[in-house]
Amino acid sequence: MTDTKNTAGEQDAPRAGAEAIKAIPVRHYGRYVSAVIAIGLLVAIVYAFGQGKINWHAIPDYFFDHRILTGVYKTLLLTVLSMVIGIVGGIVLAVMRLSKNPVTSSISWFYIWFFRGTPVLVQLFLWFNLGLVFEYINLGPIYKDYWSNFMTPLLTALLGLGLNEAAYMAEICRAGLLAVDEGQTEAAQALGMGHGKTLRRVIIPQAMRVIVPPTGNEVINMLKTTSLVAAVQYPELFRYAQDIGQNSGAPVEMYFLAAAWYLIMTSILSVGQYYVERYYARGSSRQLPPTPWQKVKAGVFSVRRPKGAVA
Amino acid sequence: MSDALNKTQDTPPRDSVAMVKAEGVHKSFGHLEVLKGIDLEVKPGEVFCLIGPSGSGKSTFLRCINHLEQINAGRLYVDGELVGYRQQGEKLYELRDREVAMKRRDIGMVFQRFNLFPHMTAIENVMEAPVQVKKQSKSQARERAMTLLERVGLADRAGHYPSQLSGGQQQRVAIARALAMDPKLMLFDEPTSALDPELVGDVLDVMRDLAESGMTMVVVTHEMGFAREVGDSLVFMDEGVVVESGHPRDVLTNPQHERTQSFLSKVL
Repeated sequence: MTDTKNTAGEQDAPRAGAEAIKAIPVRHYGRYVSAVIAIGLLVAIVYAFGQGKINWHAIPDYFFDHRILTGVYKTLLLTVLSMVIGIVGGIVLAVMRLSKNPVTSSISWFYIWFFRGTPVLVQLFLWFNLGLVFEYINLGPIYKDYWSNFMTPLLTALLGLGLNEAAYMAEICRAGLLAVDEGQTEAAQALGMGHGKTLRRVIIPQAMRVIVPPTGNEVINMLKTTSLVAAVQYPELFRYAQDIGQNSGAPVEMYFLAAAWYLIMTSILSVGQYYVERYYARGSSRQLPPTPWQKVKAGVFSVRRPKGAVA
Repeated sequence: MSDALNKTQDTPPRDSVAMVKAEGVHKSFGHLEVLKGIDLEVKPGEVFCLIGPSGSGKSTFLRCINHLEQINAGRLYVDGELVGYRQQGEKLYELRDREVAMKRRDIGMVFQRFNLFPHMTAIENVMEAPVQVKKQSKSQARERAMTLLERVGLADRAGHYPSQLSGGQQQRVAIARALAMDPKLMLFDEPTSALDPELVGDVLDVMRDLAESGMTMVVVTHEMGFAREVGDSLVFMDEGVVVESGHPRDVLTNPQHERTQSFLSKVL
């Protein structure tokens, strides 16, 4: 911005000798008023929370409690494993959905219809109580047990979250695969590449650009959705926070604590997403956007350079 | 390129076999009949130009040659072998995808819209098929790719992504990519139609150089100058049939058929 101004000024000033414009800028009074109102409301809210009967000191006391840290670990574990199930399942479902075989594509359609059309919480309870339908699980000589023994809370949570996620991921992957230009497939085929190789080397890397941003959303969503599995007896961050709250007599404080931890985790995930997106953007934009670290470095150098500190 | 030349010289009887032979080729998209019985023959080492108004079926015919489109009737041979089918006695058997892919290795194709892989650099584009399909070592493929990029005048752009190259440069990379598989036949589908006028010359120079090295080329083009100077045979197609064929100089300067005359009067 400043650069263009400078060069334009250097070129224009000597040539025309025209007088630089000095005008009174338009005053946007509306903006001042709305800013004052917004700040006022914000202060009011913060004040209300500060005056409320909330024992804020309880939060730092328990922030690194070993139960909370265990909960954080389990929440992350659940998020990662469910997303793995969701992504692998989603790719399989998307390829099935796009296949020319009407049987596989209808099965995929039906799966997505069911798992996207019912609430996760309901699905979690269904998995948990499937023992009413299947009393035993019997995999021949390999494994045989009561359903209730087999279906541990962790497995219930993973199946409930992962299989639900697969339905969403399937639609995201399908959109990504369809977004790649057909000419790419033709070019790969004309070079003698088979179906699998075309998909792996040419189509999927390009589809990833479309797939990654919504998948990042899904990961963040998943991290928050894991709080639902408290309902099927799997203890994670939210469940531990609730327990501590009930025992220590500071239930609301512990909700704030849990919220803070969720915020920290989702913020870290957002940073990760930025870098993954940047990786898959290579070749599509002429210049990759700088990483935050590069921005900081550039900022520091541009400040220091005029002073002659870096030379 | 010399490889391809040697191939034809090593096996003299092959010279008598047409590189591409079409016998009554028909192709329909739904109810629309695009090719209505094409007969033609491309000899080894020949530059064969296909011209005609848009919608005349010339691009479709080109795509049939490497089985990107399936023909509905007639017979199409490349180097003496049926395209897309295997004949046993009276019966035709469709080839498996793997077998079709195998045959496409020997046929290079250059597209109107380049279709370079945007997530790979120029040299990676050229190396991709030799490494993935022919299982060449990366270093070997890289060396060969560099030679090819030099040949199309883009050695200094090896590390650039397609989005960082001009249209003409992209198309020359695409030609290098096709040549990396050492094809015996090259198909060009309007290779200069998507280019700015001042970039057309660079691409045509590369094609002219390729023709001089003895490559068999089938070229769908609107560049009449190129057809006249470089072409060995020329076919004028309209509405799915071959209207007129012969040596480019004869057809272009002295068209016999009225449709050819009216087409040429518009484009020349």
